[in-house]
Amino acid sequence: MTIHQSPEAFGYDSFLAAHQSKEVLRFITCGSVDDGKSTLIGRLLHDTKQIFDDQVTALQRDSRKHGTQGAEIDLALLVDGLQAEREQGITIDVAYRFFSTDKRSFIVADTPGHEQYTRNMATGASTADVAVILVDARQGLTRQTRRHALLVSLLGIKRVVLAVNKMDLVGWSQGKFEEITAAFDAFAAPLGFTEIRPIPLSAKNGDNVVLPGAAVPWYTGTPLLQYLEEVPVRVEEQAAPFRLPVQWVNRPNSDFRGFSGLIASGRIAPGDAIIVEPSGRTSTIARIFTADGDLPHAVEGQSVTLVLADEIDASRGSVIVTADAPMRVSDRFDARLFWAAETELLPGATLLAKIGTVTVNATVTTIHTRIDPESGNPVPAARLVANDIADVTLSLDRAVAIDAYAANRDTGGFILIDRETTDTAALGLIHAEAPSSAVEDEPEAARAAKSGGGFLSKLRWVFGGI
Amino acid sequence: MSAATALAATLPERLTHLQRLEAESIHIMRETVAETENPVMLYSIGKDSSVLLHLALKAFAPGRLPFPLMHIDTTWKFKEMIAFRDQRAKELGLDLIVHTNQEGLARGIGPISHGSEVHTDVMKTQGLRQALDKYRFDAAFGGARRDEEASRAKERIFSLRTAQHRWDPKRQRAEPWHLYNLKKKRGESLRVFPISNWTELDVWLYIEQEQIPIVPLYFAKPRPVVERDGQLILVDDDRLPLNPGETPQNLSVRFRTLGDYPLTGAVESDAATLPEIIGETLAARTSERQGRVIDKDGSGAMERKKQEGYF
Repeated sequence: MTIHQSPEAFGYDSFLAAHQSKEVLRFITCGSVDDGKSTLIGRLLHDTKQIFDDQVTALQRDSRKHGTQGAEIDLALLVDGLQAEREQGITIDVAYRFFSTDKRSFIVADTPGHEQYTRNMATGASTADVAVILVDARQGLTRQTRRHALLVSLLGIKRVVLAVNKMDLVGWSQGKFEEITAAFDAFAAPLGFTEIRPIPLSAKNGDNVVLPGAAVPWYTGTPLLQYLEEVPVRVEEQAAPFRLPVQWVNRPNSDFRGFSGLIASGRIAPGDAIIVEPSGRTSTIARIFTADGDLPHAVEGQSVTLVLADEIDASRGSVIVTADAPMRVSDRFDARLFWAAETELLPGATLLAKIGTVTVNATVTTIHTRIDPESGNPVPAARLVANDIADVTLSLDRAVAIDAYAANRDTGGFILIDRETTDTAALGLIHAEAPSSAVEDEPEAARAAKSGGGFLSKLRWVFGGI
Repeated sequence: MSAATALAATLPERLTHLQRLEAESIHIMRETVAETENPVMLYSIGKDSSVLLHLALKAFAPGRLPFPLMHIDTTWKFKEMIAFRDQRAKELGLDLIVHTNQEGLARGIGPISHGSEVHTDVMKTQGLRQALDKYRFDAAFGGARRDEEASRAKERIFSLRTAQHRWDPKRQRAEPWHLYNLKKKRGESLRVFPISNWTELDVWLYIEQEQIPIVPLYFAKPRPVVERDGQLILVDDDRLPLNPGETPQNLSVRFRTLGDYPLTGAVESDAATLPEIIGETLAARTSERQGRVIDKDGSGAMERKKQEGYF
């Protein structure tokens, strides 16, 4: 049991120390409208004592008005926020929920299950360490389940829980559970998950959510919450090479010049040799400044200000990396897009691309293939509509530093912004392979210089380096 | 340095939840300063504003804050709030703007005479819009958190507002990874919520860890209160009319949120230190905003107010 202990029980100092030294896990829940996803989150909030008396009173009132559980309290209403959504009886956007135990804090991205909202799930998955994929035990795997598993794998989530819900409605059948688990394992084999953890549960009754299910003697594994308390977090980001996209140059006076940013991955210490991408200039770290004093080293997830040993040029949009792990510098790359705009995307369209802290003009030179969201297989596409997933080639108006998304989520992910509406039109993941072309990975400026610039190079640019 | 900070220092590879929250908030503030022209921090004097200010000082150290603070003064704040505001501004050398809706003041708008809904709309919502227009701020930091209220759980960290300051829940931008789209059309502005992902408990734990100064009203002590509609209201000055036969009682109370005193209920408590407050917060059986009369102006009240331009 890991519900909050009372502070009196073990003293304020150790109580504060325990809570102030807790880690955080971000996870996403995926499921179709009827898989009981909102009920599961409501159950987690309720059983970890995050629900207050006045909320329970409001819940009882709302359960009578909007609930789908008859006279019973409908835990799903705890998480169905906006009025419009309540009236439709479904969740239509990404909502974030918070709860904590004595061991960890949790941030849950609650995303919609129905098909047209790929964008929302991609957003929720982009920062999640773990995905909880819900399946209705009566239905087994559905098209939605396959879609969600594919999507979270595309977004780089390595650990998934297969939460087989509504087990009470199939009499806690072990055979049914194993059948679903086997089918999921077979489907997910090519998706590259590090771990798939199947758990039979009932969100409505609470079995195997926070507490073990008394009704399930054959299940000897951990309840969902215990798994979430123990699963390792941010291991990929910690192991990846050092990356700090420079947000802002802090220069309050002539004695101090520091480069502020959030460390996307890896680790750094004073004395480390670095490269400023994309210029390629080199230096070493002199200080890691923070308002709490200089640090002996810093890691992924910290916001710091780096002071370099040399007066070299770096500005917003630069990326500071360790000398042993330079980034790819290119004005062209292949990427997988999650198209979110209501307008269609046609080849030749130019948008703004925000990659880390740099924003450049990006032209979609080629739409290669659309990805079938269920099978993951490529299908031909001439244009993209909202919620399409597709592989494209982008050509930028200048060279930037990039990583492959598979190697680094923060430096390999980007957004496309519509220049007229200023809306976010797409999420993008940079592919590991450079675009196939005779002049691949060569910055436009260098190409233009070689070809003498002018009309020919402009044509090349327009046609994506033909 | 608290025990937790000392412990964290020995385990540098495992950042704590509070360290990650702090880093995320600082990142959001730096993005805003880098990508907008004229940002401002809305300073409401409460504990969330205190955290916001502390984070901002950290984000831009060793330099000064690259934006002013602005307080929308409805003229009905607790006296101790105003004293605290002025003291902090002086100590830290802050660039502080105080704006009051003069037209509303001239009309004599107040929470007692006009009720919470009209008062909040005129003195707070319209006051804020006036000030944002007057100074042409294109981004305003606020201390709202997603755990406060259901409609806020879905709001983005960077929330786009129309030239009329309206929020459109259907036109919200995706915020994947740490990538925020700060582009906007002429006249549009951004509301920025750097502590979106903090909970009430996180705020208290951080205040304790960092020893951040907060208004003394958050700590319990005997104060003169009257009970109105189930809320304990502090008799902060002689503008609160007492009903016939009503006498203020001296009860040991504290406040979980601070706002206009006639609209902010106290809770009975003996928690006079931060650890005691944190203990009560964990054991709390009523949610934080329950002390706010404004949230109960009907179901979906906050969502409607936001669409109208309330922060």
